[in-house]
Amino acid sequence: MDLERSVGIVETKTATLGDLRLDNGSVLSPTVIAYETYGTLSPEKDNAILICHALSGDAHAAGYLSSSDKRPGWWDDYVGPGKSFDTNQFFIISSNVIGGCKGSSGPMSINPVSGKPYGSSFPFVSIKDMVEAQKLLIDSFGIQKLFCVAGGSMGGMQALQWSISYPDFLTNCIILASSPEHSAMQIAFNEVGRQAILSDPNWNNGLYEDNASPRKGLALARMVGHITYLSDDKMREKFGRNPPRGNLLNSDFAVGSYLIYQGESFVDRFDANSYIYVTKALDHFSLGKGQELTKALSPAQCRFLIISYSSDWLYPPAQSREIVKSLEAADKRVFYVELNTKEGHDSFLLPNSKQEDVINGFLKMPVDE
Amino acid sequence: MIASKVLSSKTLRERPDFAYILDAISPGSRVLDLGCGNGDLLYLLKQKGIRGQGIEKDEDAIVECIRKGVYVHHGDIDEGLSHHEDKRFDYVILNQTIQETRHPGDIIKEGLRIGKRVIIVFPNFGYWEVRFRILFQGKTPVTDLLPYRWFNTPNLHFLSVLDFEEFCQLRGFTVEDKAFFTDLKQVKFSPNFFSKLALFQIR
Repeated sequence: MDLERSVGIVETKTATLGDLRLDNGSVLSPTVIAYETYGTLSPEKDNAILICHALSGDAHAAGYLSSSDKRPGWWDDYVGPGKSFDTNQFFIISSNVIGGCKGSSGPMSINPVSGKPYGSSFPFVSIKDMVEAQKLLIDSFGIQKLFCVAGGSMGGMQALQWSISYPDFLTNCIILASSPEHSAMQIAFNEVGRQAILSDPNWNNGLYEDNASPRKGLALARMVGHITYLSDDKMREKFGRNPPRGNLLNSDFAVGSYLIYQGESFVDRFDANSYIYVTKALDHFSLGKGQELTKALSPAQCRFLIISYSSDWLYPPAQSREIVKSLEAADKRVFYVELNTKEGHDSFLLPNSKQEDVINGFLKMPVDE
Repeated sequence: MIASKVLSSKTLRERPDFAYILDAISPGSRVLDLGCGNGDLLYLLKQKGIRGQGIEKDEDAIVECIRKGVYVHHGDIDEGLSHHEDKRFDYVILNQTIQETRHPGDIIKEGLRIGKRVIIVFPNFGYWEVRFRILFQGKTPVTDLLPYRWFNTPNLHFLSVLDFEEFCQLRGFTVEDKAFFTDLKQVKFSPNFFSKLALFQIR
């Protein structure tokens, strides 16, 4: 454990907040959010940054959960003392989305009416609802304005939604490897994942028991998803075609064993219903294209930093450019960079000195420029 | 663009074209710099209260721009500026960019659509030293403003002051102002022969 530039041992907390009326009309009561914070909130409460996680992420963005913890949070390379999201300077809040399974209200929460987990009776949740829930959390800190909202992939969609849901509430917005809406291809991959879960004999219409959950289906869903997060180059470099033995019954390629491992370990930390809820939220998110998108983004007041990655074929740079062009057409202040990487969609999570430079430069700009 | 990057280490005193542009544009104006390099000009414009934004295709130059707080879009100007509204900018600047673009005429036309005026700066291929090198060495000239060999140059076009004046006439562009430079000085006499760098402001 390297503690020198780490936020150290952290604890995931849970906030129980008020009622939340969701996009589909139902009311979430109470709204529970799992979150972590790093750094110190200034007396003026003007140094807060909200970090939004991607599909399978959670509130644990930085540091370690215990002294024996081997792996730090998902964005530890960027969050910590002296890092891009500098905890010496900023108060970082990382919250888990509603609809998920990592401590926030979601299908695994207990339905107060039945006393049992909601399962598939949990209401439909949108990206906008996730943002509304985050707003309740931020309000509970007494924060009047966020210095920045940042996120990659699904987190980027949340950040984008923040900029138009609460235009006066944020100074800066960072969107990495994201999109204003899913393409048919992105929906298609998610659909295959969902169908894998739905076709698992244990599915039981989403009312499965903990000890008989659709594990196989969820593992398959993760395997498909995981392929889309990498790049052809990266897979070639990591696995090549080794070792082809021509055995029909076993997974004889290294890449196959790797995916099986990824799928199986995912099942231990994720819930099948949540996978369906969160991927549906992603697929339904749409701010439109072209002029429609320009109109949708016109309320935004903050500065934007948009980053895309040359090897990302799941959220290709063209989708980021779509956001950038619409923001420019709507006369917003925007920085855009396409970083040359070879790690595919996952690039935004990995160490990259140029990404650090860009985020540092952006966050250092005087507020009124 | 790479050419402007080469010049980046020079200061404003060494950039008479920058000085001219800074003087010509009044505070409060909006500027789009096509091929803004590492953002030196936009940074100076920003200090003067001019709201600027750039487009650049070199990744390192983009990172440099963002470090300076210069608004920049990573992209290729040959691939469309179509999302910008008509006359959104007071000035569109092409500082030593035009010779690197595939379709200069189209870009200038697009610049005039989205900007009220377009300022174009280019290395003058009619400069005496360039002419002499071709004449006496019989080789593609390598000079401080054209610092590349034939096999590694980003320049797709080589044009002189006379070429550009003819081009404006052909395309019906109105030349509002022009200035010519050699190192630190402005050139008045026979600019096609004596200037290294030419600046045209067109409408």
